[in-house]
Amino acid sequence: MSDRRQVYLDNSAATRLDERVLEAMKPYFFDKYAVATSEFAYSQGIEAREVLDGAREALAAALGAAPGELVFTSGSTESSNIALKGVALALGSRKGKHIIVSEIEDFPVLNSARALEKQGFQVTYLDVDGDGFVDLDKLRDSIMDETILVSIQHANQEIGTVQDIAAVGRICRKKGALFHTDATHSFARAPLDVGSIPVDLVTVSAHTIHGPRGIGGLYVRQGTRIAKWMDGGFQEFDLRAGLENIAGAVGFAKAVELATPEETERLQAMRDRIIDRILAEISDTTLNGHRWKRLPQNANISFHFIEGESITLHLDMHGFAVSTGSACFSRSLEGSHVIFGIGGDHERAHGSIRFTFGRYNTMQDVDAVVDTLADVVQELRNISPLGKDKATEEG
Amino acid sequence: MPLPYSETVLEHFRHPRNVGKIEDPDGKAIEGSPACGDMVSVYIDVDPETNRISDIKFESYGCASNIATGSIITELAKGKTLEEARKITWKEASEALGGLPKIKAHCSVLAVEGLRSAIENYEERHGLVKERKPTMVETVRGRLKKVMNPITGLDLVRTNLVRDIAVGDGRVRVVVDLPAGHQFAPVIKQEILEKIEPLWDVSEVVVEFTE
Repeated sequence: MSDRRQVYLDNSAATRLDERVLEAMKPYFFDKYAVATSEFAYSQGIEAREVLDGAREALAAALGAAPGELVFTSGSTESSNIALKGVALALGSRKGKHIIVSEIEDFPVLNSARALEKQGFQVTYLDVDGDGFVDLDKLRDSIMDETILVSIQHANQEIGTVQDIAAVGRICRKKGALFHTDATHSFARAPLDVGSIPVDLVTVSAHTIHGPRGIGGLYVRQGTRIAKWMDGGFQEFDLRAGLENIAGAVGFAKAVELATPEETERLQAMRDRIIDRILAEISDTTLNGHRWKRLPQNANISFHFIEGESITLHLDMHGFAVSTGSACFSRSLEGSHVIFGIGGDHERAHGSIRFTFGRYNTMQDVDAVVDTLADVVQELRNISPLGKDKATEEG
Repeated sequence: MPLPYSETVLEHFRHPRNVGKIEDPDGKAIEGSPACGDMVSVYIDVDPETNRISDIKFESYGCASNIATGSIITELAKGKTLEEARKITWKEASEALGGLPKIKAHCSVLAVEGLRSAIENYEERHGLVKERKPTMVETVRGRLKKVMNPITGLDLVRTNLVRDIAVGDGRVRVVVDLPAGHQFAPVIKQEILEKIEPLWDVSEVVVEFTE
C-alpha cells in the first residue's frame, strides 16, 4: 500500500495518449481546421485534403497497402461493422447469405454477425482449440458457394493468440470468399502485410497504440465488393459518410510511426517476464492463449479457486489496473466467451486476469504487480472454500 | 474516485470477519457453485440451551460483494437465536453494509441463503425434519423470489418479470417477460434452473422468454 503510484496494465482497453501525438494533432484543431475539400475550393480546404491524404498514405504504407485502399472510420467498432454489413449488403442478394466468424471474435464482429443473422443471414461460428486457434480444415469445410465473407481476427483481444491469417486468407481466396480480419490489437505490434497476405478487409484502430480515440481505419482491397450503408456525404471514397477527422488521422499516423520494433521487443520482454514469474511463483495458475504465438503486449492467466473481480479490486487498492474475464466484471454478468471458447470452465473464466503492457510500463511495474499478486492471491485463497483439500495434500 | 462499493463494503472485503471452517459444525451449508460464479459455505455452532448461534464462520469464492455480505451476515447472526437469525434478509445485510450495487444483488443474496440453509441443516440433523411437500406453483414462485433481476436488484417476482408458471408431472415451465436476446437473459435463465432443479420431485425445468 506504500506505493501509491498508479500502474496501468490495461493497455488493450485504452492507452495513454503520447504527447508527441497530441503535438502533431494540435494545428488541426486551431489553425488548420478547414474541411478537406476538392482541389477546386479555397486554399485551407486544399491543404486539409493534402494533410488527410498524407496521413492516409502513411497508414496504408504501414499495412503494405495503396493509399486508395485505406478508409478512415471512427474506430474499430465502426470498421468491423462496415466490413461485415457492407459486404452483406453488397453480396447478400447477389452471391449468398452465409458468413463465417470465429467464436472468440470481439463484440463488433460477433454482434454484427448476430445482427445479420436476424436479417436472414446464416452464420457459422467456428470453434477454436485450447490455445484459441481456428481449425483450418474445419474452415475449409465450412465455406460453401453461398459464403460471402469469412471474418477471423488477427489477434485475440483477451488471450492474445495470433492466428495464422496467411493460411486463412489462402483458403478463402481459393474457395472464393472474402476475408476480413480484425487487427485492432495487432496493428503496429505484430506483422501484417496485405501485399503477402491474401486479405480483403482489415480493421485497425489508433486507441491501442497511444493514439487518439475516435479514429480507426478499414483497409479495403481494391475491387472488393462492399456497399455503403451509412448515408450522408461522399467522403472516404464514398464508403463512409461524415466530416473527416483530420486531427485524428494525423494523430493515428503519428502513433503508428512511434510504435517501433524496438518498443515491440520491450513489451515482449515484459510479457515474458510476467508469464514466467507468475507460473513459477504462484501455484494453481494457467496461462490462457498460446505461449509464443501471442501478442507481444498480452499476458492472460487464470488463478484457480478465486474470482477475478476480487483480484482486480485488491490490485486496484494497491494501485494496479488490470482486467478480468469474470462474469462479475462484465456488464452482462456473463463470463468471458473467449475463455469458454478455448475450453475453459466457469472457474477458469472467473479467475482470469489480463495484463496488457504499453509504452509507459517498465520492468519494475512487472515485478511490483507479481509481488503484490502473490499476497492478494494467497489472501483470497484463504477465504475460498475451493482448493483446500489439494493444499492440505501438498502440505 | 467513486468505486461502486461503500466504505463498509470495502472494509469487510479487505478484512472479512469470521473467515474459515468450524470443525464438526452443528450446521453447515454450501450455496452456489463455481459454475454460477459465486459460492458461499456457512458453518454454525448452536448452544442447545439458549438456541442461539454461539459460533459462525464462512468461506467465499466470489466477488467483493459476495465476500462482504458473507462477512456481515456472520456478524449479524452471531449470538442471535435461530428464529431471529433465520429472519435476517438480504436488505438488512445490504443496509448494514451501507448499500450494495443493484447489479450485485444476485451474488450477495447467496450468503443470506447460506445462513438460512445452515440453520435448516441444523434443524434437520436434530430431528426437526419437515415433510416433503409436492412442488406447487407457489413453491416455484417462492424460489423465484430468490432469483435477482440484475436490472433493478430486486427479485423476479417483485419486478413482475414472471409471466407464467406451470407445474405438472415433474415438469416446471417458467415464462420470463424479457426478450431472449436481452443482455441478462442467459444469466437469469441459469439462476432459475439452479433454484428450481434441486426440488425433489422436479425432473425437468424449461425457461422461456417472451419476444
